Amino acid sequence: MTETGPFRLPRGGRLIDRAYQLPFRFDGRQMRGLLGDTLASALLANGQLMMGRSFKYHRPRGPIASGAEEPNALLGLGQGGRFEPNQRATTTPLVGGMVTTPQNCWPSLNADIGAVNNWLYRFFPAGFYYKTFMHPRPFWKHVFEPIIRRSAGLGKAPTEADPDRYEQAYAHVDVVVVGGGIAGLTAARDAARDGKSVWLVEQTPHFGGRTPTDHADGQARVDALLAELRGMANVTLRRSTQATGLYDHGYLLVRESLADHDPNAGIPRQRLWRIRAGHVVVASGALERPLSFAGNDVPGVILASAVRDYIDNYGVAPGRRIVIVTNNDDAYRTALVALDAGLEVPVVIDARSAAGGALPAAVRARGVRVLTGSAIAGIKGGQAVEAVKICAHSGSGQVTETVDADCVAMSGGWSPVVHLWSHCGGKLNWSDAQAMFAPDPNRPPTGADGKAMASCVGAAAGDLLVPALTGAQAESATMPVWVMPAHATRKMKFKMWLDFQNDVKVSDVELAAQEGYHSVEHTKRYTTLGMATDQGKVSNINGLAVLSNALNQPIPATGTTTFRPPYTPLTLGTIAGEARGEIFQPLRKTPMHGWHESHGAFFEPVGHWRRPYCYPKAGESHADAVAREIRAVRASVGTLDASTLGKIIVKGPDAGRFLDMMYTGMMSTLPVGKCRYGLICNENGFLSDDGVAARLSEDTWLVHTTTGGAERMHGHMEDWLQCEWWDWKVWTANVTEQWAQVAVVGPKARVLLERLGGQIDLSPEALPFMGWAEGEIAGIPARVYRISFSGELSFEVAVPANRGLELWEKLHEAGRDLNVTPYGTEAMHVMRAEKGFIMIGDETDGTVIPQDLGLNWAISKKKTDYIGKRAQERSHMTDPRRWKLVGLESVDGRVLPDGVYAVADGVNPNGQRNTQGRVTSTYMSPTLSKPIAMGLVLNGPERMGEVLEFPVAGQESYKARICDPVFYDKEGSRANG
Amino acid sequence: MLTLTCPYCGIAAEETELQPGGEAHLKRFGPGSTDEEFEAYLFARKNPKGVHFERWRHAYGCGKWFMAARDTATLQVFGTYSAQTPHPTPEIVAAIRAHRPDWQPDWTEATADTSAESLNA
Amino acid sequence: MAEALAKISQVQDWGMIQIRADLARAGDAIAAAVGVALPERGRITSDGSRSLGWMSPDELLLVLPRAEAAEALAALQDALSTEHALVLDVSDMRAVFRIQGAKALDVLMKLCPADLAAMPEDGLRRTRAAQVACGIWREPGGYVLIGFRSVADYLRGILTGAAAPGTQLDPR
Ligand SMILES: [Zn+2]
Repeated sequence: MTETGPFRLPRGGRLIDRAYQLPFRFDGRQMRGLLGDTLASALLANGQLMMGRSFKYHRPRGPIASGAEEPNALLGLGQGGRFEPNQRATTTPLVGGMVTTPQNCWPSLNADIGAVNNWLYRFFPAGFYYKTFMHPRPFWKHVFEPIIRRSAGLGKAPTEADPDRYEQAYAHVDVVVVGGGIAGLTAARDAARDGKSVWLVEQTPHFGGRTPTDHADGQARVDALLAELRGMANVTLRRSTQATGLYDHGYLLVRESLADHDPNAGIPRQRLWRIRAGHVVVASGALERPLSFAGNDVPGVILASAVRDYIDNYGVAPGRRIVIVTNNDDAYRTALVALDAGLEVPVVIDARSAAGGALPAAVRARGVRVLTGSAIAGIKGGQAVEAVKICAHSGSGQVTETVDADCVAMSGGWSPVVHLWSHCGGKLNWSDAQAMFAPDPNRPPTGADGKAMASCVGAAAGDLLVPALTGAQAESATMPVWVMPAHATRKMKFKMWLDFQNDVKVSDVELAAQEGYHSVEHTKRYTTLGMATDQGKVSNINGLAVLSNALNQPIPATGTTTFRPPYTPLTLGTIAGEARGEIFQPLRKTPMHGWHESHGAFFEPVGHWRRPYCYPKAGESHADAVAREIRAVRASVGTLDASTLGKIIVKGPDAGRFLDMMYTGMMSTLPVGKCRYGLICNENGFLSDDGVAARLSEDTWLVHTTTGGAERMHGHMEDWLQCEWWDWKVWTANVTEQWAQVAVVGPKARVLLERLGGQIDLSPEALPFMGWAEGEIAGIPARVYRISFSGELSFEVAVPANRGLELWEKLHEAGRDLNVTPYGTEAMHVMRAEKGFIMIGDETDGTVIPQDLGLNWAISKKKTDYIGKRAQERSHMTDPRRWKLVGLESVDGRVLPDGVYAVADGVNPNGQRNTQGRVTSTYMSPTLSKPIAMGLVLNGPERMGEVLEFPVAGQESYKARICDPVFYDKEGSRANG
Repeated sequence: MLTLTCPYCGIAAEETELQPGGEAHLKRFGPGSTDEEFEAYLFARKNPKGVHFERWRHAYGCGKWFMAARDTATLQVFGTYSAQTPHPTPEIVAAIRAHRPDWQPDWTEATADTSAESLNA
Repeated sequence: MAEALAKISQVQDWGMIQIRADLARAGDAIAAAVGVALPERGRITSDGSRSLGWMSPDELLLVLPRAEAAEALAALQDALSTEHALVLDVSDMRAVFRIQGAKALDVLMKLCPADLAAMPEDGLRRTRAAQVACGIWREPGGYVLIGFRSVADYLRGILTGAAAPGTQLDPR
């Protein structure tokens, strides 16, 4: 015995280094493992066979596998932000200091209260949840859902932010070989010899797969291949790298573990590779299947290959007295490995009537009893195997003998790992001879060129022994065994597990079939077979074989469920990659962003932009700040950072004609030097964007869009130019970010701007409303547009972006005595609402046409066509009952809630009140000291003075009077300064 | 995730570099068209299982719209081509026929002739 | 502490001029006006201080010292006065980064779906870096990446993150 546990063998363990002991904790207890151990091998060495409890019945469970297919040994790993549930002990490399906790048990792993479910298993049959939580309907929300939610899910979600780093990377590779076993290594070498760029990815930290353990000279054969591959410049070998899914056009997702469970490594924990593969060679091997006998889920019943892995790879004995039960020759290898390690093998139980191959002969020669035509009738023991009851396989379970044992090594045959092949449409064939689904090379997944984008080699292709590469001798045939013994009683089937994690048994699948579930996809969902975190890697084939038997049809007639990525779960951090924290998404910043920050701006997102919402001073609420900003603008002068407004140059001999098609209004007649407000609709007629266009020269316009509309409108224009009117001579350019733009607004706006000096004449005569001029302001080249979105005298000044901050600061320096006030988007919104100006996204929602908004003045009557014109002629669009824009005046002084509906008489077929309008914008107006709102109302413009009712749950209904939407300066005199 | 080659740049761009634009070769109907014509233009789409022509924009690239001919079921790409053509080009038709001998164009060759020439003229 | 995979630095003194024109007709006039050869599709030509990049079948980008931008703009407008063309100073709307170092390609491989290893020596590739558009070409010792000004902080963040010490893409 060594310090790393009573079950550590004195010799052996090709993957461990006995020089390095690693302490770790499990369930509050201190243990020791060795460098090279997995968590499962370290726990087994310490005699900790029980590693968790099953989902439904809370049955005690130990590992049944040694790799990615493990359904049972799932642990909570780590602490705090690094806690992760459902980590497979069999694939988690042991790291010193690891803290692990068992799951799905309370108060403790050994005395779990939920295990009472175990005694009620007869009352939890297939479809239990569907049958139980059906009636009465009112119970769904308040009784059933809380119960299901409390008991649903395996493991606990972490509650803190993940402190680890993750990253992603793209690669373009001719051939990616998935699986570093002997078939994969050989395929990689062959592709590399053809001069292709080759990646070989292996999910474990070691190359070689099963060959070193299962075949004489296996390690030497693997080493020779590795030596050749390592000498080839066009080959990249990656270990601890899991191909998780193959998608369209050779898109392969691969997770590389860099510093899993080692937070001190200082590098990202995992990297997600997004690979474009010319071809994918699937060399992912095969998985051993359990046998369905009564008690096959008792801890200590382990897959035969896993038993020899623990012995050979880690120098760990899963038991000291190991009974082998099999339907094939391969499991005899486990007997030989166990005997070589000095462990007892009292008996090999072989379901086949004869076992005449070389491997059984070798086992017999070691003096081991081989019982052919035999089966396991049951397991004695609850938390661990104590003895094995033996019976004839052909019978119904009459016990002939009981053999003491602490471990059962079972083998029900092998299934090729065809997940990647199947993810993107590769088809399978059932092989009766081998009792397996194997890839059909004639029906591969195809890529962009219509040719196969993947191929399978080695065990994944059904060539289990790969004799050409391993030198293995032929073995006698596997005999399909789906239920053991063949005529097991119904009572025995209640204890034959198919899906170990979700507690689905042979009896459940048979019941589903009996109840009419004939489709394998339906049976899966009804029984939850294969729906656990292991996605049925060890259970699917056994389950569909049982279903086929119950339906009296051959297995291929039943078919498989769909193989979906990922092959093993991906942690969310890996999927997010670098996109977290500051760089979660791009934040667009204007040239004045830093100034806004240092002046206390509260920002709001507008698209990816961050715009100042307001600039609260110390002790000031946002509402107070907005009110102060508005009063300052209306009383003197304010500045708004309008740099985010879209700016698109449209130039060419056909530019005017083109803009006439883009806008509802006429842009071709706009004189040089002037601006015009315009509306852009989509072909459906709905209002999409608005803004002011300026004619810069005979053939050039500068088009302003909304902040969120710049890229969208530029794309819209290019779409029509490229795909419809491709012979029109028009260039467009999105120059939004070339210019910083400042709106200087208020009665003192001209005074302030004139103080900065420059050659631009800003007088009303030289620069009238809706005019623009070019020159210098404060020594900065500038364009000035006299447009107003607030109703006040207003100049929008555009300067090259690099000089935007300079202009902004000079305005604030020069206007100190004018109380020049920076204002944000909310003040802008309120001021435009006071003027009854619409806002894209408030008054419009993708179903509103300009005619709804009283904007007929902006729609040209002369034009024969524009985008959206035909749509606006449709009967629904010309329907006089369309809701129209009006102002809404609160009757009781309360500000109307945004988006509320005005009710009409009567109810609709759902019993809800009929509606006749809704609020689209609503604010407290500091200028008018009263609430103002706009809304769309049935026949609104003809109903001035009428009071509408807006019910709101839990409050007295709001009431508002229909009025003109222009609340302030109806004559529009203020804009003239 | 698809990879399509932009015919303007010659770059094999992946789907995240592209913007989808729906069915290709729609004929615009404007004012003066019947309700039926306009409805068909705006809403009726072929949505076939098999050979299909669609619009893609090389958005994270040259910014050009192009057309792709592909099989919506197998995702085989028969070719990509200029957006300035009212119907798929003869080369595209030949490429499709090479893989789908039974496939028939649903437009007439007479109209297919008014293709990109006008652009280059 | 290991070194970063590459040195990330922002360039502030470059000027850029966007040229839209029928390149088959106006290409020679453009080349003559800017003094740099017309690039082939997907390429960028350079005379040392000026570069001319192919952006699309009808778009070029002239990169030059910022001080020369105004003069070049005027020369181009003059040369293209009889063409249907658009020439714009776009110097202020771009952010330019240099990625310098032996592992510069690793940095870009973490952010861009483009196969930059296969890009020709004189190639110019427009693609995306994480979530934003960019253009990339080689320069001695590394790469140049241009993107939009408003996302300069984002670009710096993703480039610096991708270049974090110890994160080279070589197999371990
Ligand atoms: Zn392109």
